[in-house]
Amino acid sequence: MEHLNFEYPAHEPVKQRAHVGVVGSGDLEVLLSPHDGARAQVVVNTSVDGYGQIWKSVLDRFFSRYAGVARIEINDFGATPGVVALRLAEAVEASES
Amino acid sequence: MSANRSRGEIWFEALAGKSLEPAPILSGSGMLGGESAQFIAVVPDAHQRFPRAASNVVGLEQGWLLAKTVRATMIADSHAAERRPIVAVVDVASQAYGRREETLGLHLACAAAVDAYASARLVGHPVIALIVGPAMSGAFLAHGYQANRIVALDAPGTLVHAMGREAAARVTRRSVEALDALGETIIPMSYSMKAFDQLGLLHRLIRDIDADAPTAGHIETVREVLAAAVADARQGPPDLSNRLSSPQAQKNRAASIEVRRRLALQWQDN
Amino acid sequence: MSAYDVFLARRSFIELGARERAGAILDEGSMRELLGPFDHLESPWLPLQDIVCQADDGVIIAKGTLDGRPAVVLAIESAFQGGSIGEVSGTKIAATLELALRECEAGRPVWPVILFETGGVRLQEANLGLAVIAEIQSAIVALRRHVPVVGVIAGMVGCFGGMSLAAALCSYLIMTRQGRLGMNGPEVIEQEAGIQELDSGDRRLIWSLIGGEQRTATGLADALIEDDAQGIAQAVRAACAHGPVAPARSEQVEKYLKLLDAVDPATIDSASMRLSWQPAHATAPGHVTEEGV
Repeated sequence: MEHLNFEYPAHEPVKQRAHVGVVGSGDLEVLLSPHDGARAQVVVNTSVDGYGQIWKSVLDRFFSRYAGVARIEINDFGATPGVVALRLAEAVEASES
Repeated sequence: MSANRSRGEIWFEALAGKSLEPAPILSGSGMLGGESAQFIAVVPDAHQRFPRAASNVVGLEQGWLLAKTVRATMIADSHAAERRPIVAVVDVASQAYGRREETLGLHLACAAAVDAYASARLVGHPVIALIVGPAMSGAFLAHGYQANRIVALDAPGTLVHAMGREAAARVTRRSVEALDALGETIIPMSYSMKAFDQLGLLHRLIRDIDADAPTAGHIETVREVLAAAVADARQGPPDLSNRLSSPQAQKNRAASIEVRRRLALQWQDN
Repeated sequence: MSAYDVFLARRSFIELGARERAGAILDEGSMRELLGPFDHLESPWLPLQDIVCQADDGVIIAKGTLDGRPAVVLAIESAFQGGSIGEVSGTKIAATLELALRECEAGRPVWPVILFETGGVRLQEANLGLAVIAEIQSAIVALRRHVPVVGVIAGMVGCFGGMSLAAALCSYLIMTRQGRLGMNGPEVIEQEAGIQELDSGDRRLIWSLIGGEQRTATGLADALIEDDAQGIAQAVRAACAHGPVAPARSEQVEKYLKLLDAVDPATIDSASMRLSWQPAHATAPGHVTEEGV
């Protein structure tokens, strides 16, 4: 199990917190809530070790289009990068609806 | 372990003498602190109709007969000023594993025993579980875990757990050794009675007792502990809230306590 | 609406996660989750074993209303650790039932609905899982006198282990065909007793012994409902409206001892069991049978 931390510059206020997903095999849950300051904070708990670089590139790509000042917590049970991206998008949509 | 008698039989007879009923459910009365108490034990049954339930397990007949025995005690005391104690002598290796058992609703048979013991407790019988051997999973849920107070002999062969070592190792895909190692640091996974005591669920862990061949002194000690447990039970509410009050519980079941506290706060907010 | 329209309007209950199931059962817009993921009440034991936690530990507590009456749905999320019961997830259930009991005792009845989707004790928390199941069982017995405790077993995980006893204590049990209710999982039976005793790979056999249709046909569950969210929501309301059941199934000792006495262990099977165990229909109080449309 690994704990990874990331930070990104951000400026858009987060409308409301959102939660999506389940910590099932090949899946993950995302908790997105408003954060303060001008940075978004990401905490990843993952059951699969050694994929720090992949997480970074998935999150880099996500934050290239998302500017929310958010605290994002991810509990991951071996999801593929595609599923991670999907859940992040779902979380954003839920937080903006 | 005695070649002839199970722990359940040994301790039932030590405390209550001859059973009024045959195997698999022994029942009869014995004296505790000057009053008559009902003792109930699950024991091996050589004449058991269901072949997969012939040892000290809770199968279909055991579940329903436990319920019958407990409810008969409730009826006998329904007009009594004070309800008599009920002592579950616990020596149960597991629930019965079998196709017929599942088909015929073993889950309901065990639930009937749970129901009876819980109902007896709620109506005022002090229910005490005396662990003298294994107290395993569904069998312990059915026979003992609804008690007001749980006491156990600190002796080889006494054990509380959700699944036997080998089976648990298979299911969690670990070796038995790895599982044992986990049990050293993760208390709820441990197979040791001393570790179980750290969870705050035991009222008393009785040391220095020969579980297989108790002396008169050992039996007297156990009787005294049971009587004290009865008195303690009568002083508190008939629910299971005492299981969270000990220092061990506050330490090792802190999450159980915190969940209750936070839930109560959120329940009211509207 | 034609039968075809009705069919198209169906929404699978089984495909819904626990949170959505709770929402599907409660009156629209009435759901308020307690101790949700943002409260971060997680397992203290899983991280010690390098297992990633789910923020709600796999149980959703949803207060709301059923036809305007106060209710609480306790939904087990089977996608997380097979819906297994750990210290936190089990305590969420026990504590909710205990609070519901206090409300009932204060003259403010709350209808509890438990969505059983669980393999039983979470072995990674073994003795705490087992202990909390005993507390859940105790709470159901106490609560059942005041209000009906309604259980739903929809599948695909079903209800096994110590929680199958909790289900059997409920006032009403609603099942789908896909649901299963048994004490030991088929794999465990095969492991302990051998493949001759039970072939856990024989799905048809398994469902014929412990599936929703068999359980309902033999009186061990009360209603067999199609896998449809609205149908199940309606069945839950009907069960609540019936009121407390006395005697509960798990109190009917003489009846079941008699039924068991008449069983020949050598020849009993699911078909012969139906002949003698089928419940009396229609007039039996609390017997709710509604097939889906």
